[in-house]
Amino acid sequence: MSKAIYALYNDDEVMVDGAKSILSKNIRIKDVYSPFPVHGLENILGIKWTRLAITAFLYGLTALALALIGLWFFMIKDWPMNIGGKPNNFLYQNLPAFIPITFEFTVLCAAHGMAITYLIRNRTLPGMKARNPHPRTTDDHFCIEIDRAENAGMSDDEIRTVLQETNPVEIFEK
Amino acid sequence: MQRESAIREPLILGDKSYHDITEDVCAPVEGKANKYWYIVFSISVMVALWGVGCILYTIGRGIGTWGLNTTVAWAWDITNFVWWVGIGHAGTLISAVLLLFRQKWRMAINRSAEAMTIFAVIMAALFPGIHMGRIWMAYWVFPLPNQFGSLWVNFNSPLLWDVFAISTYFSVSLVFWYIGLIPDFATIRDRAVKPISKMAYSVLSFGWTGNAKAWIRFEEVSLVLAGLATPLVFSVHSIVSMDFATSVIPGWHTTIFPPYFVAGAIFSGFAMVQTLLLIARKVLSLESYITVQHAEYMNIVIVITGSMVGVAYLSELFISWYSGVEYEGYAFMNRATGPYWWAYWSMMTCNVVTPQLFWFKKIRRSFIASFVLSIFVNVGMWFERFVIIVTSLHRDYIPSSWSMFHPTFVDIGIFLGTIGIFFTLFLLFSRFFPVLALNELKSILKSSGENYKKQH
Repeated sequence: MSKAIYALYNDDEVMVDGAKSILSKNIRIKDVYSPFPVHGLENILGIKWTRLAITAFLYGLTALALALIGLWFFMIKDWPMNIGGKPNNFLYQNLPAFIPITFEFTVLCAAHGMAITYLIRNRTLPGMKARNPHPRTTDDHFCIEIDRAENAGMSDDEIRTVLQETNPVEIFEK
Repeated sequence: MQRESAIREPLILGDKSYHDITEDVCAPVEGKANKYWYIVFSISVMVALWGVGCILYTIGRGIGTWGLNTTVAWAWDITNFVWWVGIGHAGTLISAVLLLFRQKWRMAINRSAEAMTIFAVIMAALFPGIHMGRIWMAYWVFPLPNQFGSLWVNFNSPLLWDVFAISTYFSVSLVFWYIGLIPDFATIRDRAVKPISKMAYSVLSFGWTGNAKAWIRFEEVSLVLAGLATPLVFSVHSIVSMDFATSVIPGWHTTIFPPYFVAGAIFSGFAMVQTLLLIARKVLSLESYITVQHAEYMNIVIVITGSMVGVAYLSELFISWYSGVEYEGYAFMNRATGPYWWAYWSMMTCNVVTPQLFWFKKIRRSFIASFVLSIFVNVGMWFERFVIIVTSLHRDYIPSSWSMFHPTFVDIGIFLGTIGIFFTLFLLFSRFFPVLALNELKSILKSSGENYKKQH
């Protein structure tokens, strides 16, 4: 027996209304596949907002500290250079000239760190297999996934009846 | 569902459905290229090969093959570098700044503008690389532990800031572009019938699934990357301008340079986007998505940034006189009336005078006028960099060392060659990549599509 039942819709608004009515019948929705971000869906499905922005901030903070430590080591500690008579006895004296590179390095690490985290969290990396249930969910169709294990109290016929009421174009199992 | 004011013009014309958008954007990737594509591609490849030949000749023989001399030690190479970096500014500006301002019209142009950015920055990075002479030592620009004592690069130098700025800008733009491309590659993957293209787009799409949480993450990453890329765009050309502004050459040593260069970069970048997209909309049949409305918005950006550049030119002139510094005054007098007067006045005409025609709505909304004027801007902005660099150098403090710059065939070959390489890359992009951000376009169809706007 297949693990999940899917309902396929050809319009985002029909799908959103469908999701609301499915949830009101106490059926749990495992996931929704769509060709573009459908706004407001996270509130209906009760999905928590992502914390990727926080990771970007942390990567940026790390990079900021690393850049300043590195610049201090290269230019003040290890090999101090007198360039145009600019004072360089302490980090803060030389700091104005260090701002551009500190900024660039912070952006570099924040952007790349977040992007890598994003790819790993989404399980999208080179060579990974796609898991969308229907090829048209990347074109113009929207798909609601109902996991059998999550709805153990419901029979197949009950779930199918509820799904049928939401005007899908197709109901299939996989 | 979000509704939009009826006064706003639709951004997607015709009776389009979600599926039509997929079909229209995937058509150039799935179909065969027409003969115009092959003609333009062949010409570009030939010019590119000529450029590669000239680059290899330079690397083999040294930069003595260029027209440089002791007085004019920076000329076309740095001119081309700044020109290409400037062009490379529009892509990230369109995708990042316009995303933060929630401008829906960016969705039809951001993908190709970002591609253009990446190719332009590659072309830009080439010039300092080959200007070093010994390109195999290019890694010396990075602070690597080495055997010369522990000798580090000079972190006080704007030239080193530039290394960090350009490489950060390039890699962050690349990531921003690719993250947006992943869902669109998935669309092509799920439609592909030929096994080779199915496999290729499977790899390129990284197994994108498009579930609800993935889209939440996608939107968050785009937003945060836009927030990071926006100050980055402004920093990069500011730092490029500091290459000049922190030196004590009359004509370079001015505090107006960073904002003036950034405005100029946006100006030239939008002009190049305009040039490319007006061709692409015809060749790839994207008239429903890249509309006269898009052209008008870009022209408005061009006329505003062009006017900012014009004000900068005039303030430079004024300050050179008002400061009472005779060297500064001479540098500007020499630009306007000296042996390079033709370059100065080409710059003034193309950057300050002709873009002002965009104040007329008829001209702003004409594709032909937009195309012609965008070419003027491209030419004018090249001359701007040439004027700043060569006219400031060629008459220095000692009149006995005054000279002129005469480009050799290698200088010309490399410059034209980079244009060839740029167009080759862009044409390949237009055949194998989705040229419009189709998933983002679908998300604005119901609020900004012509057929949906008529219904309510």
